[in-house]
Amino acid sequence: MTAPTAAGCAAPDQAAPLPASLDLEKETVITGLVRAESGEAVPGAYVRLLDSTGEFTAEVVTSPAGQFRFFAAPGAWTLRALSRHGNGDTAVTAARGINEVAVTVA
Amino acid sequence: MSRDTALVSAEWAEKNLDAPGVVFVEVDEDTSAYDTGHIAGAIKLDWKTDLQDPVRRDFVNKSQFEALLSERGISNDDTVVLYGGNNNWFAAYAYWYFKLYGHGDVKLLDGGRKKWELDARPLVKDAVSRPATRYVAQEPDTSIRAFRDEVVDAIGTKNLVDVRSPDEFAGRLLAPAHLPQEQAQRAGHIPTAISVPWSKAANEDGTFKSDDELRRIYADAGLDDGRETIAYCRIGERSSHTWFVLQELLGHRNVKNYDGSWTEYGSLVGVPVALGDEPGEA
Repeated sequence: MTAPTAAGCAAPDQAAPLPASLDLEKETVITGLVRAESGEAVPGAYVRLLDSTGEFTAEVVTSPAGQFRFFAAPGAWTLRALSRHGNGDTAVTAARGINEVAVTVA
Repeated sequence: MSRDTALVSAEWAEKNLDAPGVVFVEVDEDTSAYDTGHIAGAIKLDWKTDLQDPVRRDFVNKSQFEALLSERGISNDDTVVLYGGNNNWFAAYAYWYFKLYGHGDVKLLDGGRKKWELDARPLVKDAVSRPATRYVAQEPDTSIRAFRDEVVDAIGTKNLVDVRSPDEFAGRLLAPAHLPQEQAQRAGHIPTAISVPWSKAANEDGTFKSDDELRRIYADAGLDDGRETIAYCRIGERSSHTWFVLQELLGHRNVKNYDGSWTEYGSLVGVPVALGDEPGEA
C-alpha cells in the first residue's frame, strides 16, 4: 500500500485494467479511443481533458492501442487530442461510472 | 533570470545534442517513456526513485544529490538541459532542485517531450552512460522552498497561488483527473489563495506563453508582485512549473515552491480550508 503522500502525478499506463479498489459508484471514468479518419487507432496521442469553461484539467498519452482514461466528475467535459496526424475534439456529458468516448483526429 | 538564460528551444536542442559540456536529462515519474525512446545522449532521472528520499517524505538531501549526479556523470560546470513528459512538470521540479542545490547553468527544454514528439523529432533507444564525476552541491537555498508553517502564516498576507485545476481548487476533484479520486486529505484550497492553473502559462504543445501573455495572466488574477509569493499544487511538481514561470522567466523575486502542497496541507489538523471557486477569507 502506497501512502497517499507518496502518490505522484504522472499519467499511469492507459492500457492497464482499472484498479480493483476503484469504486464505480463514486468514480466518473471517461475512457475511449483516439482514431485517425481512416479508423486506425492512434497511439502516442496527447489527450487533454478540458472542463466546461475550456480550462485544462488533465492530460494523458494514448496506449499502443490508442486508449485513454480519465477520472473526472459528473458534468460537461471536452476531450481534445493532439497528434502528429492532426488534432480533434469531442464533447461529453459524463455521469458516474464508465463513460465511453471516441475522438477522431484529422 | 530570464527566458534567454532559463529556456532553450527544440531547435537549439537539436543543434546542440553533441555540444561539449551540455547534458540532456529526461525527468519523469514513470520512466517507461524514456525507455521507449529518448533524445539522443540524454540520461534519465526518475522523479520517485532518484529524487525522493526512499523512507521519509522529503526529497534527496545534499549528499544524496551529490551522489546521484556524480554517478550519472554530471559535472558542476555542465550546462544541464532538462525535459520530460507531463508538460515538463517533473523537469521543472528537477530544475527547482538544481537551483536549490546551487547548480550554475540549468535550463528547461521548451515544450518538453510533447513538443519534441509532435514535431516528429528523432528519439533513440540507445543506452547512455557517462563517466562518473565528483559533483559538489551547495547548501540548499531555502529562499525558494516553503514549509507548512510559513504557508499557514502566509494566509491573507502573502500571495498564495494555487496552480491546480479549477475543480481541484474548488474541492470538486481531489487529484488531477488522470488519477483515481480516492484520497486521504480534505478537498478545497488554502484560504486567500488565488487560482491560476499551471496550464494557463503553457500553450497546448507544452511550450510557455510569451512574457507579455504571462505577465497579463498573473496580473489579471490579482498577483501583487510587491509581495512574496508561494505556489502550491498537490505534490509540488505543477507548482514548480509556475515557480519557474514567475521567478525564472518573469524575474520575480521571493517566489517559493511549497512542495508539501495539498497532500500535506489538506491533511493538517485544524488549519483553515476554503471550498468553492472564490479565494475565501483569511
